[in-house]
Amino acid sequence: MDDNIVSTDRLTKRYGDHPAVDQVSLSVRRGEVYGFLGPNGAGKTTTLRMLLGLVRPTGGTASVHGLAPGSPDALRRTGSLIEGPGFFPYLSGLENLRVIARYRGLGRRDADEALERVELTSRGSDRFRTYSLGMKQRLGVAAALLGRPDLLILDEPTNGLDPAGMASMRSLIQSLSDDGQTVLLSSHLLAEVQQFCHRVGVIVGGKMAYEGTVSELRGSRVLRLHADPIDRAMRVLKGATASGADLADDEDGRPTLTADARGVDIPALIRELVAEDVDVHSVSVNERSLEEVFLTMTEAK
Amino acid sequence: MTALLNTTRAELRRILLWPATWVLGGIWITLQLMFSYAFPFIAYRSNDPDAFQGGPSDQLLASMLPPEAPTIMIQGTPMFGGAIVMIFAALAVGSTYNWGTWKTTLTQGPGRLTTMGGMAAAIGVCLAGLIAISTAVTLGMSSLIAVIESRDIVWPDWGDLGVAVGGTGLVLGMWAAAGLFLGALTRGPALSVGLGLLWTLAVENLLRGAANLIDGFSAVTDVLPGSSAGSLAGALGAASSGSEATPGVLDALTGPTAASLLGIYLVVFLVGTLILIKRRDVA
Repeated sequence: MDDNIVSTDRLTKRYGDHPAVDQVSLSVRRGEVYGFLGPNGAGKTTTLRMLLGLVRPTGGTASVHGLAPGSPDALRRTGSLIEGPGFFPYLSGLENLRVIARYRGLGRRDADEALERVELTSRGSDRFRTYSLGMKQRLGVAAALLGRPDLLILDEPTNGLDPAGMASMRSLIQSLSDDGQTVLLSSHLLAEVQQFCHRVGVIVGGKMAYEGTVSELRGSRVLRLHADPIDRAMRVLKGATASGADLADDEDGRPTLTADARGVDIPALIRELVAEDVDVHSVSVNERSLEEVFLTMTEAK
Repeated sequence: MTALLNTTRAELRRILLWPATWVLGGIWITLQLMFSYAFPFIAYRSNDPDAFQGGPSDQLLASMLPPEAPTIMIQGTPMFGGAIVMIFAALAVGSTYNWGTWKTTLTQGPGRLTTMGGMAAAIGVCLAGLIAISTAVTLGMSSLIAVIESRDIVWPDWGDLGVAVGGTGLVLGMWAAAGLFLGALTRGPALSVGLGLLWTLAVENLLRGAANLIDGFSAVTDVLPGSSAGSLAGALGAASSGSEATPGVLDALTGPTAASLLGIYLVVFLVGTLILIKRRDVA
């Protein structure tokens, strides 16, 4: 059985001569939280719209639950929030959910439960038009949760939320993941993606720039050591790492030892250096944040 | 079938909770009361035989009594009734683009054609309700006037009333389908309503005026949607000329021809709407 709940192969959408999405291939595995990253206008929302059948591709293929995107069976097993919530402004939040629930053949209880899940029950009887942006966003997520679909496609779900709302949304997405639901999440909040996404895809200028785990994307953690004498420090460091060590001058012209930090016990290394009578000026482990990687990637494009 | 039923129920709920539904329905009933009863009755009560467009007062009273209910039902539909339901349907579809609710409803699973079919069916149910209320109001007001004027209540021929109700449904259904089509075509409420009103209230009249100047052009103008609706109303008893002529009522076509054309327009507008909804991207 195919482990991918969503997969695309060279998926393309052109508007005239302009490729909004250009041969994007991605795969979302069952049960994972997949972060879909990219700067504004990169083609994230267009890709997600194609996965929901709202926009027709001009090239390539896609499947959702092994079915054609937008097919009734695929949509019934998918909950979505795309580019902000779309609801009837004259209806209350709860009434909106009841209308959407009827579309899915669900009952009132499902609407009540979904509203409760996003902690909006106390304002459920208020008209949608009176909601703040954050409340609208939460109602959109509630609609996506109706019927407990296997797959959630959430486009910037934390847009407009205050810090408390964002924390609440993070915990909601985490609990969905814990329950085994698959979440395809587009976000520009990289710290968030870094926290709970199993894998990420980065789209830049309509093209897929990267797909893999967050740690792979960020690259290895690098240990940097300034010490004296440098040859003795090199010998100790080589003994402490599996992949050896390199010597090079840093940007200030100081000789610097670098090594892959994976598996290195830093306190033990320092103890050994001191025991070998090495003066340790500094030890640091540098790890690029997802934001740094993302900026490097998007600027390069 | 279950999906269509679910979608129709969902759409019906949101349309019935929509204030615009009740405002437009209220306007139609109010216009019917004013132009079919209030103004003629005031004119009749003024005792001036020429007060209502020169019509004799007995004839004026007779036009408001129960036997005339079928004519009263249909006479206002070609122009104002049609315009009101066209606005209603155009708003029902067009506003969903403004509210961004298409992306919500089209991702719930019933499929595009079923979703649009459910919306059309819900609007059809609303029209049926409006026609039922209009029929009840017409019979009630006619009976009230008969009682006030100490006349016997003579019910209309029920067959004639049934035909009038069917004709009213056909005319209003055709204009509602036109509204759905315009709403889907323009993807917004304002332009669809504007274009629809321009057509129903101005363009067809202007074209009919031009037909008086150009030989053979009437063959085209006689089969336009408004002409077909007006001709059906005329064939079912509404006055197209003389002192009691009603705006929009014509005698350009026979009843069966007008009804057939209305049916064709209804189907064409509905199919056109479904094609637009099915084929277009939802941005």
